[in-house]
Order: sequence, then C-alpha cells, then structure tokens
Amino acid sequence: MQKLGVEVLSASTDSTFVHKIWVEEELSKMTKNGIPWPMISDGAGNLGKVYGVYDEGNGVNIRGRFLIDPDGVVQAMEVMTPPVGRKIEETIRQVHAFQHVRKTKGAEACPAGWEPGDTTLKPGPDLVGKVWKVWPPR
Amino acid sequence: MPDEPVGCAKPTGKVLGAAAEKDDLPESKQEAGEKSMVMVKVGGKAPDFEAPAYHKGTFANVKLSDYLGKWVLLCFYPGDFTFV
Repeated sequence: MQKLGVEVLSASTDSTFVHKIWVEEELSKMTKNGIPWPMISDGAGNLGKVYGVYDEGNGVNIRGRFLIDPDGVVQAMEVMTPPVGRKIEETIRQVHAFQHVRKTKGAEACPAGWEPGDTTLKPGPDLVGKVWKVWPPR
Repeated sequence: MPDEPVGCAKPTGKVLGAAAEKDDLPESKQEAGEKSMVMVKVGGKAPDFEAPAYHKGTFANVKLSDYLGKWVLLCFYPGDFTFV
C-alpha cells in the first residue's frame, strides 16, 4: 500500500496497550517489520458506529474496509461478518482502478474485472452500444 | 501527528474537510449529539475522527483530517489475537 501511495489505518475495539502487546508477541513474528501503520483503539465503538461496522451485541467492530481518496471522499467500502477474511489483492486492484480514474479526471472508467494494464472505457455517445467492441479485451 | 493521545476515539460528527464550517453552525445543532453524526456513504466525504493509536512503539493521536490530500485505507477488524 505504501508503494501505491496509500496510507493505512487499522482500528479495533482493543486498547492501544493490547495493540502494543499483539505486535510484540505475535505480529512481529508473522511479518518482517512489524506493523508500520497507526493501529487505532476504538474502545467504545464510536468510529465503528459512524462507519456502520459496530456490532453492539458483541461489542466489536466487524470487518470493514474503506478506501478514501485525497479529497476525503469514500470511493469504496467492503463490510463482512467475522468468519470470512479479506483478500488484499482485490483491494490493491481497486486502488489501481480508482487511482487511474482519478488520474484521467473521470474521462476513463475501469469496467468489470479490470486489471492494471487492461483497456479502459471512455464513456460518451460514441461508446453507447459499442462496449462489446472494446470489452472484454481477452 | 500530535504526541498526546486523546482519551477515547471520537468522530467529530463532521465529514472530512468540513472543519472550517464548524463555527457557522448554530449551537443547538452542534450539541444534537450522535443523531447528527455523519454516517459513512460511498461517494460521500468520509466521517472525520480523532483517535488514540499505537504506532511503531509509541502511543499517538490520529486525526483523519491530517490525511487529507492522501489516499487512505481504513480497516476495521473484530479484535487483536483473533484468528482470521
């Protein structure tokens, strides 16, 4: 994410003390350089509530991922119940796609299944009914 | 990032980048509490917040508004020491 110019923030209802020990006892043994981003403590679920991920019954924030652009606009979100984990490759794909769209100032769009390097679409009158000609590229 | 951690994580109730307009709001509206909290919406400005964090060996204070001008990936998860 750092390579893509994206700042990461993580948040759970654990205290900052627990974050510290988790990094020291476990995460530092699973990753080479520990955790480089700020790990937020959201003890009362205040942030989780405004981001729609706080589970009041269990007092925890469920998995939720929000991609926020440089203007502060939420471009993408993914919220899941606890038993299924995320796949970072999909997040990276979305970062590439949203950064591309932003670079073209919205003149280009990334269609379904788009991967970096694929053809993009240029929405406009000429494209109506002609998407089949340019998509899919494979 | 200021050094002094805040007591607990709190949303400002405003969206990102809206802080400048804060003073224009009538008192009563500002005090309306959670009901007036801005909720997240795709395509809308992210709800701003200030929160304590653990960052590379130190306790710090994170303000989402400090990240304006950058791409941000904000991830919530159920708990430290869980399995998935």
